[in-house]
Amino acid sequence: MQPKKAKELGNWILGGLSWVAAVFTLIALCGVIIMLAIKAWPSMQAFGFSFLTDTVWDPPNNIFGAFVPIYGTLLTSLIALLIAIPVSFGIALFLTELSPAWLRRPLGTAIELLAAIPSIVYGMWGLLFFSPIFAQYVQTPLMNWTANIPILNQLFAGAPIGIGLFTAGIILAIMIIPYIASVMRDVFEVVPPLLKESAYGLGCTTWEVIWSVVLPYTKAGVIGGIMLGLGRALGETMAVTFVIGNSNILDGYSLFSMGNSITSVLANEFPEASLTGFHQSALMELGLILFCITCIVLSLSKVMLSRLQKAGGK
Amino acid sequence: MKRLLMLVALITAAMSSVYAMDITGAGASFPAPLYGKWAESYNKITGVRVNYQSIGSSGGVNQIKAKTVDFGATDTPLSDADLEAAGLIQFPTVIGGVVPVINLSGINPGAMVLTGEVLAQVYLGKITHWNDAAIKTLNPNLTLPDQKITVVRRADGSGTTAIFTEYLTKVSLDWASQVGQGNTVNWPIGTGGKGNEGVSAFVGRLPGAIGYVEYAYAKQSSMAFIQLKNASGENISPSIDSFKAATSGIDWTKSFAQSLTNSAAKGAWPITSSTFVLMHKTQADPAKSKAMIAFFDWAYTNGAAEALALDYVPMPDDVIVAIRKAWAEKLNAT
Repeated sequence: MQPKKAKELGNWILGGLSWVAAVFTLIALCGVIIMLAIKAWPSMQAFGFSFLTDTVWDPPNNIFGAFVPIYGTLLTSLIALLIAIPVSFGIALFLTELSPAWLRRPLGTAIELLAAIPSIVYGMWGLLFFSPIFAQYVQTPLMNWTANIPILNQLFAGAPIGIGLFTAGIILAIMIIPYIASVMRDVFEVVPPLLKESAYGLGCTTWEVIWSVVLPYTKAGVIGGIMLGLGRALGETMAVTFVIGNSNILDGYSLFSMGNSITSVLANEFPEASLTGFHQSALMELGLILFCITCIVLSLSKVMLSRLQKAGGK
Repeated sequence: MKRLLMLVALITAAMSSVYAMDITGAGASFPAPLYGKWAESYNKITGVRVNYQSIGSSGGVNQIKAKTVDFGATDTPLSDADLEAAGLIQFPTVIGGVVPVINLSGINPGAMVLTGEVLAQVYLGKITHWNDAAIKTLNPNLTLPDQKITVVRRADGSGTTAIFTEYLTKVSLDWASQVGQGNTVNWPIGTGGKGNEGVSAFVGRLPGAIGYVEYAYAKQSSMAFIQLKNASGENISPSIDSFKAATSGIDWTKSFAQSLTNSAAKGAWPITSSTFVLMHKTQADPAKSKAMIAFFDWAYTNGAAEALALDYVPMPDDVIVAIRKAWAEKLNAT
C-alpha cells in the first residue's frame, strides 16, 4: 500500500504545482494589464480616442498623440512579414525537399543561429553597415527611377540616408526569418512521406506537391510560425530604434520616411520622461496599445486557423 | 552542524557590517562614469561601497523622493520650491558642456563660427543649406558648399538635449515659441540617434550633417566641433576653461539651481551645465548621512584629477566652499 500512497502524493504535488504555474501566469498577465491601465488613465482621460489618430507628440507642451508610433509599428511589421514569409518558405522548401542530405544539417543550424544573435547587434549592423549600402545602391536608384511615376514617387520620396521605416522593416525581416523558417521546416518534415510519394507517383511536380499536399497538411503550423515571427516583429525594440530614424514627423506616406515605433518611443523616452504632465502616462498608454495590438493579432490568427480547419473539413 | 552555524553567523555579521557601509545612488547617466570612478577609488581608501545606478534623471528624482536610494542625481536642477516640498537638498558635482559637431569636408575642427540664433534656425529647418547667407556672413573666410544640412539630434530623452534646447530657447524667440525646452522635445526636423554614440555615428556617416554631443564624445572622436558666439560677443571653442568660465559671476550662496547656459561671463562656452546630487535633509540613519557627505567631501577635495581625466570639469573652489556651507546649515541629521 505504501508505494501507492507515495505515488498519489506525488501526483497531487505535481498537479498542485502545475495549477500554481498556470494561475501565476494569469495573475501576472492581469497584473500587467491593470497596472498599465491605471498608469495610462490620466492620458486616456485627457486625450480620449484622438490619442490614436493625433500626430503631434510634444512633451514640453504636454500634447501627446500616438499615430506616428502606431503607424510605424504596424508598417514595419507588415514590411517585415512581406519579405520574411516568402524567404522563409523558400528556405524551408529547400531544406526539406531540394537540399542534398549532407547540406541540411549545417544549413539548418546556420539559420537557427541567426535567431541567437542579440538584437542590438542587428541594430548596430543595420545602422553602420547596411543602411549606407542600402542608401547608395537601393534608395538612390529607386528614387531616380520612380521620380516621374505618380504614386510611386510619393512612396519612395525623402532624403536617401538609408534609415527609416523601410530599413527597419528589412532588418526586422532578417530577424524573424529564422523563427518562421525553422517552424516551417519542422512542420514540413512531419508530412507523412506516403502522402508526398503518392503525389509524386501521380506525376506531380515538386511545386504541386508543396502547394497542394504539404501546405494544406501543415497550414496550422505554418500560420503559427508566421504569428511567432509577427509577434517578435511587433515587440522588437533595440534593432528598430537604431535604424528607424526616431522621428515623430512623417514625410507623407513615403516608405523611406523616418518614423518611430511604439517600442522605440518607450525605450527612448521612458527613462527621462518628465514627472509632471502626461508624458509618463502617455508612454504607459502606448504600452497598453501595443498589448492590444498583439492581442488582436493573436485572436485574428486563431479565428483564421479555425476558419481554415472548418474549410478543410468540408 | 556547529561549524555550519558559526559560518552562517560569521557571514551574517560580515554582511551587516558591509551593509552599514553601503551607499546607494541612482539617476542621471551623464555623470555615471565619473561617480563609478570616484566610488572605486573611495572604496580602495575607506572600504565604503558607493553603488551608483545610471537610470536617468527622472528616475533619480523619483527614487530619492520615494527614499529607495540614499542619494539621487539629476542633470536638470529641481526648483527651490520642489526641494522644500520634498525635504531635499541639492548640490552640483561637476560641470559638462554640449558641443555642436559637423561633418563638412574641408572644414577643420573649430573653423566654423555660428551664433545661437543661426543654430536654432538650422534646427528649426529654416536654414537648409550650408551656403546660407547667415552662415556666410559669420564665416567670410570659409568656402561653404551648396550642400543640404542634415540635422541630427538625440532620439532618447536626455539631459544633453535639455541643456541644448534650454540654450536655444534662451537665444531664439522662434525656438522658444515653436519648440521649447526639455529632455525630449517635438523636433520639427532631423534624424534621431540613440545616445551620444548614435548621434556621433550619424554625423560621421552623413555628409553635411550637424549634431550635438557631450564634450567628452566630441573630444574623443575627432569630430569637427564648431565655435559659438557667446553672450558677450566672443567666438568661443569648447574647452575645460571655457566651461569653467561659465560658472563665474553667479551667486551660488542663495541657490544651486543655477542655469549656466548662455552665460554673460567673459570666455564662457554658452552650452554649459552642471549635474546635481539630491539628498534628504533629514536621514533616518545619521551614520549613513555622514558617510555620504564624507564621500562627496572626499570627491571635491581629491576627485578633480579623475574628473578631468574623464573630460568633466570640477566645480570651482568658491562653489565648493558654498556647497560645504550648505551642508553645514541645511542637513539635520549630523
